[in-house]
Amino acid sequence: MSLNCHNTRIPCKRPLGFADNMPSYSTDQIRRIAPLSLSLFRQATGRIALALTAALFISACATSQDVATRSNGINDPYESTNRSIHAFNKGLDRNLVRPVAKGYGAVVPVEMRDLVNNFSENLSTPGYVVNSLLQGDFRSAGVSLTRFLMNTTIGIGGLVDAAGELNIPSRETDFGETLAVWGSGEGAYIELPVFGPSTQRDAVGLVVDFFTNPLTIYTIDDDPERYVPPTALAASVLNDREKFSRQIDSVLYESEDSYAQARQIYLQNRRFELGDDQADAADPYEDIYGE
Amino acid sequence: MVNDLNRRTFLAGTTAAALAAAAPAYALSEAEARKLVDTVVGEINRVISAGKSEAATIRDFEKLFAKYADVPTMARYALGNDGRSASASQHRAFAEAFQGYLARKYGKQFRDFIGGRIEFRSSREIRSGYEIQSTAFLQGQEPVNVTFLVSDRSGSDKLYNIFVEGVNLLLTERTEIGAMLDNRRGNIDQLISDLRTTG
Repeated sequence: MSLNCHNTRIPCKRPLGFADNMPSYSTDQIRRIAPLSLSLFRQATGRIALALTAALFISACATSQDVATRSNGINDPYESTNRSIHAFNKGLDRNLVRPVAKGYGAVVPVEMRDLVNNFSENLSTPGYVVNSLLQGDFRSAGVSLTRFLMNTTIGIGGLVDAAGELNIPSRETDFGETLAVWGSGEGAYIELPVFGPSTQRDAVGLVVDFFTNPLTIYTIDDDPERYVPPTALAASVLNDREKFSRQIDSVLYESEDSYAQARQIYLQNRRFELGDDQADAADPYEDIYGE
Repeated sequence: MVNDLNRRTFLAGTTAAALAAAAPAYALSEAEARKLVDTVVGEINRVISAGKSEAATIRDFEKLFAKYADVPTMARYALGNDGRSASASQHRAFAEAFQGYLARKYGKQFRDFIGGRIEFRSSREIRSGYEIQSTAFLQGQEPVNVTFLVSDRSGSDKLYNIFVEGVNLLLTERTEIGAMLDNRRGNIDQLISDLRTTG
């Protein structure tokens, strides 16, 4: 059975649209960006097959370990290395990402930032199509393909989430989820430099998605417009950092063990996205009276 | 979309009704559990829309928390295995400090909920009571999946856990309290006194 927002507790996301105050942009900008998305898609398809073949080999050997070795459902044999990387990531956030995100949020109006997020999200949508197909979820693949075509054309090159406005919500997925559907175990918890909390399975997924995402494929080629997609991605990461700054700051800077908090929250959220039922996982009545 | 939601709500309702009919007599009914969540959500909205100062809002949140949540059980869970050596008076003091800490920590984020609304999605029976699933629509954000767990095992109908996008409050706080205890070499009295000003 395929996992999607209609048969799991994954919410059917309705991304931000253009209902209010749409800023104006020049027709010249539109003409440049609209064909860009389509050409990215064409360039991507060739490499996708290659990357997937590679992924099969990687995933076969990387994520054989599954059982959580600790009673709390967390499998973290690399904790000391992970903690060093966490300290590095925290420094990166404190000294670079957080201040820049604050500046971006203060200078650029939210409507404009959301257009950039839409544009970046649209470039990830072909990746959703591929992963949905690999999961055997043809319905979601069709939805993502429809969203990509609609947003690239009437959504002006992806700047506007036109499909979302018409109640066709995003079916976001990734290769980590594909691996989970194929039966690959979660593997150990790892914190990746820059990317943050992950698992062995999701780290493999990240690598594969990197090579199947036109956003990053495009940057490999020598072309004057190659800086557009990664810049859009960076800007949308900054926008998200700013939008959820209260929650992120609370975990990173107000916890007495930000590593353990980030790990706990990441694993819970990720398992939830992949359709895990956790209602009885932390039952205080069983915990207290049952033992 | 609207039709789809209605259909799902209807299906969930009928399924729950069928389950309730088939299930052995449970003191807490699905309808009562849902009513409790409705009441709590309504009260939270009232506190937020009252537009008081942050300190006053947090005080109001703490009152709601004390009234509608099974604080002693939640506190005991958060204290985890380290709580086994604690005395009854330490448990009481910890529960009181924990209640204020949660009100401050989560009450600070109340501004994110201004102008938002919560829509009921479905409910089902779980081991210790009922699970009420809902979607929170917050301004300028994608919808958020929020799940409330309700039980009567304390003797009356109380909330005992909340999941936001799969992240559950009890487990998250058990991790944090565990870290705080480790940093204080397991000194529960020190933890209680520090917790009174944390969050």
